[in-house]
Amino acid sequence: MENHYDHLQEMLTRVDGFIYPNEIELHWGILVVVYPYVTGLVAGAFILASLERVFNVKVLKPTYHIALLTALAFLLTATLPLVSHLSQPGRAFQIMVTPNPNSAMAIFGFVYLWYLMVVLLLEIWFDYRRDIVIWSREKKGLLKWVYKIMTIGIFDLSPKSIEWDKKIGYFITVVGIPSAFLLHGYVGFIFGSVKANPWWSSVLMPVIFLFSAMVSGIALVMLVYMIVSFIRRVKIDMKVLDTIAKYLFYILIIDFSLEALDQIHRIYEAEESFEIISLLVSGKLSITLGLIQLFLGTLIPLFALGLFQLYKPANRIRKWVYFIVGFLVLIGIFFMRWNVVIGGQLFSKSFYGFTSFKLQLIGSEGLWMAILWMVVPVLILAFLLWLLPPWKRVPE
Amino acid sequence: MPIQIKRHLIILAILIAAFVVFQQLMIPESFGELGHYRANSLEDNELFDIHYAGQESCYECHEDISDLKEMDLHYDLSCETCHGPGTDHNLSPDSVELFIPDDRNFCGLCHAKNTARNEDAVFQIELKEHNPDKNCTYCHNPHAPWELRNQDPQEENF
Ligand code: HEC
Ligand code: HEC
Ligand code: HEC
Ligand code: HEC
Repeated sequence: MENHYDHLQEMLTRVDGFIYPNEIELHWGILVVVYPYVTGLVAGAFILASLERVFNVKVLKPTYHIALLTALAFLLTATLPLVSHLSQPGRAFQIMVTPNPNSAMAIFGFVYLWYLMVVLLLEIWFDYRRDIVIWSREKKGLLKWVYKIMTIGIFDLSPKSIEWDKKIGYFITVVGIPSAFLLHGYVGFIFGSVKANPWWSSVLMPVIFLFSAMVSGIALVMLVYMIVSFIRRVKIDMKVLDTIAKYLFYILIIDFSLEALDQIHRIYEAEESFEIISLLVSGKLSITLGLIQLFLGTLIPLFALGLFQLYKPANRIRKWVYFIVGFLVLIGIFFMRWNVVIGGQLFSKSFYGFTSFKLQLIGSEGLWMAILWMVVPVLILAFLLWLLPPWKRVPE
Repeated sequence: MPIQIKRHLIILAILIAAFVVFQQLMIPESFGELGHYRANSLEDNELFDIHYAGQESCYECHEDISDLKEMDLHYDLSCETCHGPGTDHNLSPDSVELFIPDDRNFCGLCHAKNTARNEDAVFQIELKEHNPDKNCTYCHNPHAPWELRNQDPQEENF
């Protein structure tokens, strides 16, 4: 027979030092890592798109629609990791139905809805309206009806109404930038406002989340652009890549400085939590933070991109380096989220001990579930690119 | 106003109306009566089976042991901390046997050396060194830990 203390005893073998009973098992697993990661990709991709539109960066034109559709594809699945983490999906609706204004978590549903419905969907709609109408006339069969429904019954293509589309689209983009900031700043706020957790509690958290979001979103759009060009067998426009890489470089510098500032602040303040946090960073997080996030995900990309600002090797080499850098950055930011979410739960709030995290493979909290929620948005993106191909738009 | 905006405003109005209707249907009964939660959940929670009876309930039949325990250093530990939930046993003591801990790791849960644990609150021993080949209860009475049962002068700790 299994003794009633066997489970406790097994858990205790993973504990070092003293820990409160409710801290032995981690409540937030890998799915809660995936969620801010995906939300960050959305905000970052959108901000890159807005750059093109609001600040009129002409070179980035080929990535504008790719960025918007990427943002939409990932936004559609952004909350799903949380919903499967809840294990009672109905609760996701409960927080909307009985909103609690005192809970940052509960209000997030509305921030998310605002961004999805009012910003992203509308912006894409106004942008594609003309093409949707034209496609709804040209296409046959079921697809024709899909486009027809998407026009919501407006077939007017007079120059005046097209003019309106542009104006409203511009207006939405302008509203969209602060909204994107809000969306991801909010995710950072959810962690940064937990005052009981010294690893999270920092006013810089929303800003750090925001800039790391931009870094990851820009890297993602760069990769998607390269992959889409490869699949379509068209030549990659190196000017586009160089420009995106330049932005990536700038934002990465800001992101790196902000995180460094946060850490320096911690080190200099050396509050009573400092000892346990330095043990955490040099121990349990040394690989994910030091090696992956800092070295692979930040320093190498910074070095490579910085070098290219001064010296530009052949296109072929640059292309490959951009590809690898984009990949490294994406992995680095994933582990940045990991270090925040998992790292914050590894040490006891008594500051006297650690627990450890054992990643499961299967199950609703496991690795496969996390991979699922990373693959689904990619499939949605492929579908969106097929439904609304930016390269098949009818020239004006 | 251009038709695009008009259409979208209509759709927005429909969505908001749908949300309000949905909300009215979804708000659970008794929500908000006592606070930001379902007041009925209190009753639901009362329906859960009780597993732990509380140690006063054991005194009635095990007076000898409880008297013993009260006198010694384990007076602060509840019977069920070591013996597990006892409600069923209270109701039918003859058919439901309680768990009786019999390995060294069990006592080690509290007494094993742990630098982070306050030495004044719980005395700690090195499990691997403190008379390793015998069960704790061979020498210590679990209900009165200072009462030594077997004293063997050969043991290193005597
Ligand atoms: C109604 C009287 C009664 C109450 C109340 C009661 N017990 Fe018992 N308990 C008994 C009897 C009688 C036995 C002996 C049964 C046997 O030997 O099979 C016993 C046996 C035990 C044993 C030894 C079982 C074994 O396998 O030898 C333990 C341990 C025990 N009780 C713990 C408790 C605890 C802890 C409580 C309080 C939650 C408790 N009892 C409450 C009557 C009671
Ligand atoms: C520190 C843990 C601990 C606590 C607290 C504890 N017990 Fe025990 N109990 C044991 C162990 C270990 C045994 C194994 C028998 C032995 O070696 O004495 C035992 C045995 C028993 C037995 C079997 C008869 C016997 O004396 O061998 C009964 C009955 C019992 N306990 C009742 C109680 C009751 C009633 C309380 C609360 C007043 C209590 N125990 C509190 C650890 C504990
Ligand atoms: C739930 C935690 C807990 C468990 C389990 C437990 N003890 Fe204790 N024990 C204590 C506490 C608390 C004290 C009293 C404080 C102290 O150590 O002086 C104590 C005191 C003692 C002492 C007296 C130490 C001294 O010199 O003051 C001994 C001996 C002892 N326990 C043996 C045991 C044995 C043998 C077991 C296993 C049957 C056991 N304990 C299980 C918590 C526990
Ligand atoms: C061979 C008999 C024997 C066994 C077996 C034994 N002890 Fe002891 N234990 C003693 C004696 C004698 C003392 C008092 C002398 C001393 O401090 O070493 C003692 C002292 C203690 C103390 C008080 C330590 C202190 O610093 O005052 C604790 C706690 C304790 N034992 C727990 C346990 C636990 C837990 C086990 C089982 C893992 C265990 N003992 C097994 C004989 C034993």
